[in-house]
Amino acid sequence: MTTLTYLIPVALFLGGMGLVAFIWALRSGQYEDLDGAAERILIEDDVAPRR
Amino acid sequence: MTCCAPGAEAAADLLTTTLSPDELRLASRQLGDGTSQVELSVPAVHCAACIATIEGSLARLPEVTGARVNLSTRRVTVKWRGDKLPPIVETLSRIGYPPHLFQDGEVGKDRTFAELIRAVAIAGFASGNIMLLSVAVWSGADGATRDLFHLISALIALPTLAFSGAIFYRSAWSALRHGRMNMDVPIAVGITLAYAMSLYETLTHGPHAYFDGVVSLLFFLLIGRTLDHMMRDRARAAVIGLARLAPRGALVIDEAGRRDYRDLAEIAAGDRLLITAGERIPVDGRVEDGASDIDASLVTGESRPQAVAGGGMVRAGTLNLTGPLTVVATAPASDSFLAEMMRMMEAAEGGRTRYRRIADRVSALYAPVVHLTAFITFLGWLAINGDWHQAMTIAIAVLIITCPCALGLAVPIVQVVAGRRLFEHGVMVKDGSAMERLAEADTTVFDKTGTLTLGRPRLVNADDIATELMPIAAELAAHSRHPLSQAIAREATSNGAAPVFADLIEKPGFGIEGRTQGSTWRLGRASWASEGQAADESGTVLARDGRIVANFRFDDVLRQGAAKTIARLKQEGRLVEMLSGDAEPACRATAEKLAIENYAAGLLPAGKVERLEELAREGRKVLFVGDGLNDAPALGAAHVSIAPATAADVGRNAADFVFLRESLEAVPLAIEVSRRAGRLIRQNIALALVYNAIAVPIAILGYVTPLIAAIAMSGSSILVIANALRLLAGSRAPATSVEAEKRPSSLEPAAAS
Repeated sequence: MTTLTYLIPVALFLGGMGLVAFIWALRSGQYEDLDGAAERILIEDDVAPRR
Repeated sequence: MTCCAPGAEAAADLLTTTLSPDELRLASRQLGDGTSQVELSVPAVHCAACIATIEGSLARLPEVTGARVNLSTRRVTVKWRGDKLPPIVETLSRIGYPPHLFQDGEVGKDRTFAELIRAVAIAGFASGNIMLLSVAVWSGADGATRDLFHLISALIALPTLAFSGAIFYRSAWSALRHGRMNMDVPIAVGITLAYAMSLYETLTHGPHAYFDGVVSLLFFLLIGRTLDHMMRDRARAAVIGLARLAPRGALVIDEAGRRDYRDLAEIAAGDRLLITAGERIPVDGRVEDGASDIDASLVTGESRPQAVAGGGMVRAGTLNLTGPLTVVATAPASDSFLAEMMRMMEAAEGGRTRYRRIADRVSALYAPVVHLTAFITFLGWLAINGDWHQAMTIAIAVLIITCPCALGLAVPIVQVVAGRRLFEHGVMVKDGSAMERLAEADTTVFDKTGTLTLGRPRLVNADDIATELMPIAAELAAHSRHPLSQAIAREATSNGAAPVFADLIEKPGFGIEGRTQGSTWRLGRASWASEGQAADESGTVLARDGRIVANFRFDDVLRQGAAKTIARLKQEGRLVEMLSGDAEPACRATAEKLAIENYAAGLLPAGKVERLEELAREGRKVLFVGDGLNDAPALGAAHVSIAPATAADVGRNAADFVFLRESLEAVPLAIEVSRRAGRLIRQNIALALVYNAIAVPIAILGYVTPLIAAIAMSGSSILVIANALRLLAGSRAPATSVEAEKRPSSLEPAAAS
């Protein structure tokens, strides 16, 4: 029973951290261009794009 | 011709407006500290290489401080420092991504979507944690531990209900206030009563609390709602990304001869406007000076360009093809043809406002039944043993078990899957009700110019023209923007040696003239080319020193897949009609080629609406497919409507579906997918009802525990989702026809011959 007194707050705190992290990511615009994010991994930063 | 190199333009580019620096400046906004920002739509972006190319090229411009491509919305945001406008449009056009502006009204973040996502996140967090505690209760925790777990669950559930549940409360409230019933009313009542009862149970140390049921119900329903919103949002973003065809402003010449680029709203009747070749005419007006050809295909449906000169009237939205014009505005933009069409469209708003969505119709029946069942259960148990508390508990268990989780998901999940399937084939769906209405349609009415045909002429008698004359005609034609000239230039093969012309002059409204080896060649209007000798002859000719040597005949190119589409619709037993604003002979030719028996030519916009209303009175549900400005009222009046991506802005906004690829086969595809979606929706509703038929008696008899409720709820939801996914099965089959659609049909319009 005593373990519950700290395990439950710990569980809720960790879950809450996840929620806060998600909302932060949402606010900072990381979900605004999902297609672009998927493609950008293919761009090589070191080589300047040439055309 | 402000930004694009002449000659580099394809014929299709005539449909898009050129974007002048003035327009760009008007669209940009100041960010403070000397930085300006503009957002442009670049529909051609589609991969990582595109992103790198665009961002790289723009970043190399010295004034530009930042460029960021958004691939989902196909837009690029450019920031620059200083007053000087960097050559953004030129740079983008040069590297092959011609930019467009989009309407101001649509800019800005989507608040609803952000709220939905936040609500899903919170409901997800809450249901996860409460479920964790519930598993402990289900597996035997009791006494103080159980009460503690219930209390913590109640504390987590309360803010969830307030935030995530608010979406349902608001919607239910607005429905009730207007005396209507929607799916959210039973949801709102159910979750509120369940929460209140569980809280009472917790405080009185009772064994059963439904907090897990309440929040996971919210979680499931919010997922469905978010998916639904995403589908619509994606379609909207893609439609907005298309080229805007109405100009944003015009170059106004004042009394003193100064030129000033003014916003469309600031143009008044009596202003003198300068309209260069290739620009769209912004307001209705009278030509004061200059001569040119006007392409009115998007406005009236007439496929042939018309010559205008001093004194002639021009309509807003038409395209000035060959020469610069000075036009005196006869009406401000708010009174122009375009605005009139919009007013007519609003007045005609027919089938879609009367239409009630399947989900709403079901819930209008379902909600009273559910509430009545719960109430009777309550009375029944009260009569049997007179225990208020037990009767209440069981009645609420009935409400929870019937809470339309599966029913709430049944419709949107199918429409999301169907919408995605259509999206993959280049068809955008505005909303779910459009699919329901399309599944009902039994009559298809087409517009001609721009819909069944591409509104782009094609030379039909190239083989009859002497081989030595063709290169000459092609060489002359290559120097003109007139659609007929471009058709000649396209048809010419490069095997003949073309002479070099000196003194090439284009006479707007007449044709083009050039001199070589001592003789004067003219390509254009017969009466002009023959220097008055053949004044009564019409058509386009090539003349040498005033003597006609070749006659050119043209035909409108049929849209790819048009013949197949018509044949398929007729085979399915639908009535097919064609309504056009074009002249009778052109209509007859198209109707004969496509085997359409019923057609009407020379119709005004009001005439089209009248015909649609007549069909509606006969009890027919009409699908209208059209693109022009003159089709906009009809697109609004029809039961359901489809427009191609090249349609006028107003029409595109009025249509329920927009197809991005060239082939007309998008129409039967949309019908087929909508029909299948309709069947799956009915199956899903049946599944949800069967589930209720089994679960409700158990609940009424008082055997439902929170564990059974949780299992039943997730079980039925998964069943419904799995059924909806069946729509994706078999969607890979028509891969070959998809490939064919991607090819530009200007190369080989097979259906036309």
